[in-house]
Parts: sequence; C-alpha cells; structure tokens
Amino acid sequence: MKTLLELDAVAARYGPVQALHDVSLVVREGEVVAVLGANGAGKTTTLRAISGTVSRSGAIELEGKQLKGGPESAARTGIAHVPEGRGTFIDLTVTENLKLGAYTSRNRSVKADILRIAEYFPWMTERGGQRAGTLSGGEQQMLALGRALMSHPRLLLLDEPSLGLAPMIVREFFRIVRKLNEEEGLTVLVVEQDARIALNASERAYVLEVGRVALTGRSAELRDDESVRRSYLGY
Amino acid sequence: MVAAAFTDFMQQIVSGLASGGIYALLALALVIIHRSTGVINFAQGEMATLSTYIAWTLTFNHGWSYWPAFVATLAISFAGGVGIHRVVIRPVERGSVLRIVIVTIGLLVAINGFIIWQWSGEPQQLQSPFGTETYDIGGVVVAAHDIGTIAVALGIVLLLWGLFQFTKVGLALRAAAVNPEEARLVGVRVTWMLALGWGLAALLGAVAGMLTAPTVGLDPNMMAAVLIYSFAAAVLGGIDSPIGAVVGGLAIGVLLNLLSYLSQYAAFDWFTEELRLPMALLIILAVLLIRPQGIFGKPEVKRV
Repeated sequence: MKTLLELDAVAARYGPVQALHDVSLVVREGEVVAVLGANGAGKTTTLRAISGTVSRSGAIELEGKQLKGGPESAARTGIAHVPEGRGTFIDLTVTENLKLGAYTSRNRSVKADILRIAEYFPWMTERGGQRAGTLSGGEQQMLALGRALMSHPRLLLLDEPSLGLAPMIVREFFRIVRKLNEEEGLTVLVVEQDARIALNASERAYVLEVGRVALTGRSAELRDDESVRRSYLGY
Repeated sequence: MVAAAFTDFMQQIVSGLASGGIYALLALALVIIHRSTGVINFAQGEMATLSTYIAWTLTFNHGWSYWPAFVATLAISFAGGVGIHRVVIRPVERGSVLRIVIVTIGLLVAINGFIIWQWSGEPQQLQSPFGTETYDIGGVVVAAHDIGTIAVALGIVLLLWGLFQFTKVGLALRAAAVNPEEARLVGVRVTWMLALGWGLAALLGAVAGMLTAPTVGLDPNMMAAVLIYSFAAAVLGGIDSPIGAVVGGLAIGVLLNLLSYLSQYAAFDWFTEELRLPMALLIILAVLLIRPQGIFGKPEVKRV
C-alpha cells in the first residue's frame, strides 16, 4: 500500500510548553490508524501538527509533499480535521454545516454530496434546517463527520470522537467510519482515549507517551497482548 | 383637530423611519465588525463622513451625476474598509481588545483630521438624489428624500441579508465570525473574511453618510451624533444581531421623533431637540443595565 501521510521527528509546542518531542508515524492509503495514549501524551497535538493549527517542526508529508502553512491550506490539500468536542458550527444549520464542509471543493455538486452524506445519516435530510447547537451530542459528532466527508478528504483526522458519548452511539459512529473505509477507501487517523474501541476499529496503532511514540504495532496484536494492555492502555 | 393631530403624528413616524433607516445601516456596520473583530469601531462615523466627502467631490468637483458617484463611492469605500483592516487592524488583532479599540479611536482622529486638511471644515451641500419635493399621501405630507432613504436602507439591508444567507461567501463570513478556528479547519481564509467584513461595514457607512448629508449638511462632524444613535440602536437590538441592528435603528428613529411629537403636550413639554442625544445615551445605559444582550441577542455564556 502506498504511503499517504508520513511524520518524521515531529515536535510541536504551545508557547513555552513542548507538547510533542519526537513523533514519527506513517499512514498508508486506505488504512485506519489509531493514536492512543494517556491524557497529555500528545495525541491531540499530533493531529493539530498535521493540520497546522499548532506551531511545529520536523517533516510532515502528504503523498511526499511537505505540508506547510495553516489549517486553510491543509484543508485545501485534502485533510479533513474533526477536532475534539464535535467541531460543528452550533449557530448554523445542519445543511449550512455540511455546505461549509464542501467549502474548498470546486466544480462539485454540493447538492449531490449532501444526498451522498444522507445515505449514511438519513436524519440529516429532514432536519437540515435545524441549528446544530440543538442536536444531541451524538448527532453533532455525526454531523462533524458528515461535514468532513463533504470535502472528499484524502485523509480524515478524528480527535476523540467518543468523548462524552454513550457507548452505543460510539459503536455506531465507528461502524460508520469502518463502512466508509471499506466502501469508499477512506483513510483515517483517529485519536482515542478509549483504546478498546479504537483498537477494534483500526488496523494499526501508535501509543504515545509524553510526546513520543512508545509503542506501535498491529491493532489486533496490541489488543491481545495483556502486558501492553495493562501498562499502556489501562484496561 | 383629531385628524390634524393624526397626520402630524404620521409625519413624525415617516421621518422617524427615515432617520431610523440610516441608524439601522450604521448599526449594521457596527454589528458586522463587532461580530468578527470583537470591538466597537469608533471610527465608523468618520469613515462614513470620509465616504460622503468622496461622493461630494465626485459630483461637485468632477461633475458626475448622482448615481454613478453613489456606486463609485460604495466601491471606493469597500476597498478602503478592506485596506483599513489589512493595514491598521490586522497587526493588532491578536492582542487585547483594548489595543484594537485604541486603534479605532486613533483612526477616528486621523480620518477627522484628514477630512479637515483636505476639504476644510466648511459645511458643504450634497444634493439629495430624490429632490426636495414633498408628497401628500392622504393628508400626510412626506418628503421625497425620506421615502427614498427608507427605500434605499431597506434595499441595502435586503441585499446584505441575501449575501449572508444565500451565497457561499456569506456562509463563510458567518462561519468565520461565529467560530474562526473551526472555519479555518474547513478551509475558510478567516483573515480575508474579516477584511471583507470591514469592507462591507465601510460600504454601509458610505450609504448612511450619503443619505444623512442632504438633510443635516456635509461637515467633518456630520456623523458624530448619528454614530451615537446607531450605537444605541445596536445595543438595543443586540450588539451581535444583524436583525437587532435594523429593528433597533428603526425603533430609535421613531422613538426620538415620537418624543418630539409628544413635546407639544404638557406631560412631555420638557423634551426639546437638545435632549435627543442624552436620550440615546439613556437608552444605551438602560439596555446595558436591564438586558445587556439586547432584544435579539443571546446572553453571553462564559465557561469557567
């Protein structure tokens, strides 16, 4: 499989605080890759470094091309970042949120794309005029995913999609992500606190510890290795 | 007697709606900038006056007819607003709100000084494109300029609403205003959207100024009082609410005229024209004390 995203010795900081020290990872085309680790390990910062919402150093390449600039240019190169805490425009309607997802795509029919998204989330059709802020947490997370798909991303970044959601809704969310991966070949890099569900949904995983990659391997192997589970994943 | 009182009353309402339409335009400008940049643009009135001088120069010195000059002034003002954001506001935008406020006050002083240097402080006359005729509608005498003002203000508000509601760039403008970080993630170039907002605000101010000048006369301080009324309008409607700005503007215009009308009765004979400005400030104070978010605003929620 072709390499889509490659991080080599990436560091990132918030002002004086160094959040990432040395992260190297690879995401191949068509893969679902999980990034795991405790709070403060640098999971969110890894995604923010990729989309350019944090100042970073080191090499970050998408299809061999170095990513430069802020999130606007990342969006234009085909990276869709669904940030922690849903990331919908709560004052705008469901349909407006979806339309914004297609902001960077030209010459594509936004209407056709909205219909395509509605196949995965049928409720969005009838509730298109509803303000996103009035949706339930699960629906907002689905909307954030739907909006990301509107841009036909080459790489989808998901940050803690399970946060604050009921287990059943989390399962449903990851079921849709898997389906998108299998049917449309969507490549996903997902950050999760909930290691169990992320390992089930992904092919490979990286475990971060204080801003460094501590461990990497096939998700199934990490899941079955009890010592790994106990010392790194806490379940 | 009753009929005469009624037509007099109606006349005050119509002329109140006309000045209210102007307040609405300027209040809308204040709201657009407040939503995106987070401050009250104290230079908004001065920017409008400068635009009006440009329109005056085009018609008076260069012999342009009114409407071409009107459109050219809008274009120049829009570009000027974008320029002001790029050159003056953007460098301080990441700092504290106070820094931006001080920059807008500096702009106010600078533009005022520039106007006096360029055109002197002498009052000038800008013609109304609607003429000086009056119409008699069922006994109610209304000035053509008032009707024209209401129509133009309404038209501009509708155009702007259409832009925000139905176009891609309008959606991006709203997204950038309500959630800039998120907007950047979907690829919206937020700093350009802010500049565009300043351009639109300058354009709205230009319209307000060009509609104001024919009745009060063009001078460097022409918009000072109008800005206060517009500020009252924006606060009354809700400083982040475009609809609130329009409703607030019309309400302030009508309210002040109603007080003038009522001053013929003993209970209101204390109200004189000099009290119009203090009344506006009183409204600002009352709204901030009783309902700080205004009529259409949402209460601000601070997460601790």
